[in-house]
Amino acid sequence: MLIPVLIGMSIITFFIVHAIPGSPAKAILGERATPEAVERLEKSMGLNDPLYIQYFRYLGNILQGDLGTSVKTGRPVLEEIGPYLAATFELALFAMLIAIFFGVNLGIISAWRHNSTVDYGSMVIALIGVSMPVFWLGLMEQWIFAQELDWLPSNGRMDPRMFFEPITHFYFLDALIQGNFYALQDAFNHILLPAVALGTIPMAIIARMTRSSMLEVMRSDYIRTARAKGVGETLIIYKHALKNAFIPIVTVFGLQMGLLLGGAILTETIFSWPGVGRYLYDAIHSRDYAVVQSGILVVATIFVVINLIVDLLYAYIDPRIQYGKE
Amino acid sequence: MSMNAPTMPNQESVTETKPEQMDSPFRDSMRALLRHRSAMIGGGIILFFILIALIAPLLLPFGYNQIDADARLQAPSAEHWFGTDDFGRDIFARVIYGARISLWVGFFAITGSIVVGSVLGLIAGFYGGWRDTLISRFFDILLAFPAILLAIAIVAMLGPGLENAMYAIAIINVPTFGRLMRSRVLAVKQEDYVLAARAIGMKNSRILFRHILPNSWTPIMVQGTLGFATAVLEAAALGFIGMGAQPPEPEWGKMLSDSRAFIQSAPWTMVFPGLAIMLTVLGFNLLGDGLRDVLDPRMKQ
Amino acid sequence: MKIHKSLWIAIGFVLVLSTVLAGCGGGGSNAGGQGKTLIYGRGADSPKLDPALVTDGESFRVTENVMETLVDYEKDSMDVRPALATKWETSDGGKTWTFHLRKDVKFHDGTDFNAEAVVFNFERWMNQEHKSGKKDDFTYYASMFGGFKGDEGHLIESVKAVDDYTVEFKLKEPQGPFLQNLAMSPFAIASPKAVKEDPGKFAQHPVGTGPFKFKSWKKGDSITIVKNEDYWQKGLPKLDQVIFKSIPDNSARLTALQSGDIDVMDGLNPDDAKTVEQNDKLQLFKRPPNNVGYLAFNMEEKPFDDKKVRQAINHAVNKEGLIKSFYADLAEPAKNPMPPSMWGYNDEIEPYEYNLEKAKKLLKEAGYEDGFEVEFYAMPEPRPYMPDGKKIAEYIQADLKKIGIKAKIVSPEWQSYLEATEEGKHDMALLGWTGDNGDPDNFLYVLLDKDNARIPAQNIAFYKSDKLHDILIKAQRETDKAKRTELYKEAQEIIREDAPWVPLVHATPPLAAQSYVKNYVPHPKGSDSLAEVDIQK
Repeated sequence: MLIPVLIGMSIITFFIVHAIPGSPAKAILGERATPEAVERLEKSMGLNDPLYIQYFRYLGNILQGDLGTSVKTGRPVLEEIGPYLAATFELALFAMLIAIFFGVNLGIISAWRHNSTVDYGSMVIALIGVSMPVFWLGLMEQWIFAQELDWLPSNGRMDPRMFFEPITHFYFLDALIQGNFYALQDAFNHILLPAVALGTIPMAIIARMTRSSMLEVMRSDYIRTARAKGVGETLIIYKHALKNAFIPIVTVFGLQMGLLLGGAILTETIFSWPGVGRYLYDAIHSRDYAVVQSGILVVATIFVVINLIVDLLYAYIDPRIQYGKE
Repeated sequence: MSMNAPTMPNQESVTETKPEQMDSPFRDSMRALLRHRSAMIGGGIILFFILIALIAPLLLPFGYNQIDADARLQAPSAEHWFGTDDFGRDIFARVIYGARISLWVGFFAITGSIVVGSVLGLIAGFYGGWRDTLISRFFDILLAFPAILLAIAIVAMLGPGLENAMYAIAIINVPTFGRLMRSRVLAVKQEDYVLAARAIGMKNSRILFRHILPNSWTPIMVQGTLGFATAVLEAAALGFIGMGAQPPEPEWGKMLSDSRAFIQSAPWTMVFPGLAIMLTVLGFNLLGDGLRDVLDPRMKQ
Repeated sequence: MKIHKSLWIAIGFVLVLSTVLAGCGGGGSNAGGQGKTLIYGRGADSPKLDPALVTDGESFRVTENVMETLVDYEKDSMDVRPALATKWETSDGGKTWTFHLRKDVKFHDGTDFNAEAVVFNFERWMNQEHKSGKKDDFTYYASMFGGFKGDEGHLIESVKAVDDYTVEFKLKEPQGPFLQNLAMSPFAIASPKAVKEDPGKFAQHPVGTGPFKFKSWKKGDSITIVKNEDYWQKGLPKLDQVIFKSIPDNSARLTALQSGDIDVMDGLNPDDAKTVEQNDKLQLFKRPPNNVGYLAFNMEEKPFDDKKVRQAINHAVNKEGLIKSFYADLAEPAKNPMPPSMWGYNDEIEPYEYNLEKAKKLLKEAGYEDGFEVEFYAMPEPRPYMPDGKKIAEYIQADLKKIGIKAKIVSPEWQSYLEATEEGKHDMALLGWTGDNGDPDNFLYVLLDKDNARIPAQNIAFYKSDKLHDILIKAQRETDKAKRTELYKEAQEIIREDAPWVPLVHATPPLAAQSYVKNYVPHPKGSDSLAEVDIQK
């Protein structure tokens, strides 16, 4: 199923991208796009062939592992996209971490204190969270935490003064490998605001899912039994909660990771995060065909693969089996 | 930014409704809905926004595009409740007119998705076979795209503007409704009365319109309400990155992106449009949740 | 179950660790430590670092400090001064130029800078097609010197090394702006060794003779260059390291400046200039204008084929108001198509005053008493000469309405915009130009000559005046500056009368820096040498 989807995507992307008016040559030359200059540049880019020939050439190249070359920077996309992907991945993972941590706890607490003020409060937070325009939240965060309070940096992944050479381009990992704890701390300070903005919606979704699955569990017999036996309530709840929360979380994780990967554009724009969303968005603007086509394909492939893994995980941790064991 | 987020497959209502004796299913649903607190709050918010959108010109001393170079970037005051922007335009007026735009875009985009998605889903579910394969693959492909990127690419292709943004939003939401419709059709097809109708040789079109459609529209309506919220967010997001509404239209997302330059000197230019987006989206989410609780208990799993 | 547990422990661990780290707070004292580091915040990353291959300012901004040209512009103007060439003479009526090169100069890779290197570079640019079959596009070379070798209009007949440190250029025709052209950043001399080793890599790792050496590049984020210890100008550069950091949003960049994350920022919002001035820790800079922002009429469309209509609209644009509202007074109203700082500027030109009554009268005379409807193209992206095209269009739109003209603002995306305007799809359009080489020809001929009014046009007014054409061509072939000045002054009078544009403004884009940054001089051409810049805390 993966292959036809990817081929379909490549066709759609290819033709949308080529249907966007304006040529990359003009995008590069800007006000200085004299007819001669445009013609020369287009020729050197191989844009004069018929579209379907360009498509098959592109497909052929992809099958050989060649994702094409960016016309803007003259570098192979495969080489170029790595750091951007890593930046987005790191941001999305961290956002997800925050979402899971706060989402699950919020959900558990409100199920535990069902119909209490705490419950209502948590659910209002979740509802607002799920309705939050991420770009607005990001701007508000910048305004409050970066400008007014000046607690956290407002943009980028790391203080440029930091003596730090990325290896994997996952800054947390790199900092750990190099044992550079200043860099680690700096990376953390930089990721916090964008990750909170990006993690708000998944957080709200997870909170609501955890709450409803918890409510079901709380009604079940074995909790009552456990309570009757006098086992500490907090312990029971967390133990069972975590187990039950796991399924919805995996689902949300799979769905949202994909969304976050491609959809972090707005967060990346606001926080000047050099991620893949921003990279692709700029490429659309500059008509950098190879980057848009291959970039979207790469992101989509990752998305599809993540969901595949989620499906496998499902099969592995099917809830009925778990309960049976209990 | 996760654009497709506000779909909550596992929703639980804040207030629980008890079953009552019923005279008609519709009335019963209405009554249940009226008793559903969060649905009512959501409905109230939406009604409020619709109302101010309708009577906007009567309400306001200022036009949304009334430029006054001497009143630039004024803080909120009795005269300008939400302050003024860098053109000296009244932000309150712009936010209110913005409600028209957002509701309009949301409505048409979602209606478009519902119509196209439902037709495709019906065909896929009802006829099955190669049609199903083709359409389902198409949905898979669309869903595999990062939604916002696809929307941006489509708008770039069509040219930035509110209308084109609306088409893009409609397109990226088609598979949601298509899949939903398909699964409903598949489920209804197995019901006894449909099987019976088939057995007595009822025509396909009749089965479709008499039995399958009426039994499929509730989840579509629920999803449509929630999708409205998504569409409003998406329109604002496109506006924010300059691919949606064009000046001087007072679109909320665009107002937000314009406000970025004044985040230091005039934060009110940023606060109010964002608040308006959030409230609208919240309203539709609440209403959608309520509708789901009331109309479609099956979706609660 | 086991998986869950370990996963939860892991998540918990990371969060706890992060909180602890956040708790440590404070500034990482490990940061910096590399001597004097200057961080230059700007709007975008550079596409390529081979200046010959690019046309964008963000690339030149970096290469300017890594590679040098034969002649250079003065520190604060577009006048030419010696650089890698110490002196030069011209003979044969301006067709032969001889340059004497500086001797003790080495490229960053240790090879010598000499006449061979200069010849190698020019050969590389003029032979578009290389032996390897690979084509490079040296856009600026082609546009300043009439194409490539073999092209009909190619200006440079030959470049020869007379001896180790003397180069001779033979031109087919005399070119008025020749020396001005050579000073442009794209004609910086690259190390032949580095280019030969791997031409593809050069754009990722430039090697020149400049005050700084290229060090590293984090794509989409930052470029680092470090001090060239063996720089030929003794005592320079004063900084040990410069980092060019991309922060796309102007306000975000200002925030970064205020919090000390960066030291200099380009692209300050005019509205924030006051904030900067009021802040003791910051200083404000104004880049001298070398640009023009204009409103062009499409003279091939009715009603703009009528001079009176064009003049009427010239009377209906409130330039002072525009400058107040969108440039925060950081611009001068324009009356000519070229900036006032440039030689040849005609200051005796009478500007069209802002007077709606006059505008109405002219419209009436032209028979458009009841006004008309037009499509008004406004650029979607900020440009140096126009921070916000859409807003400026909105502002003009309001005034036009008062004289009965209904303008519909159209703002397609930037590439589509350029395409639409150069094909003449607009009735009116906003656009602008930043000068390349400090020569009036670069404004008047490029933007308003009939040669450039063919589709796709750079003369988007589609203004075709034979009278103007004759003058501009004459000035191109002339090498005597005084004579050229007279010609250009005459040209400006013709343009004023025909009114193909509303010349709007010459923007002086504001920049900001920490007050401890010394000797920073924003250059009119848009990219600055940082050799003399210092940090004194």
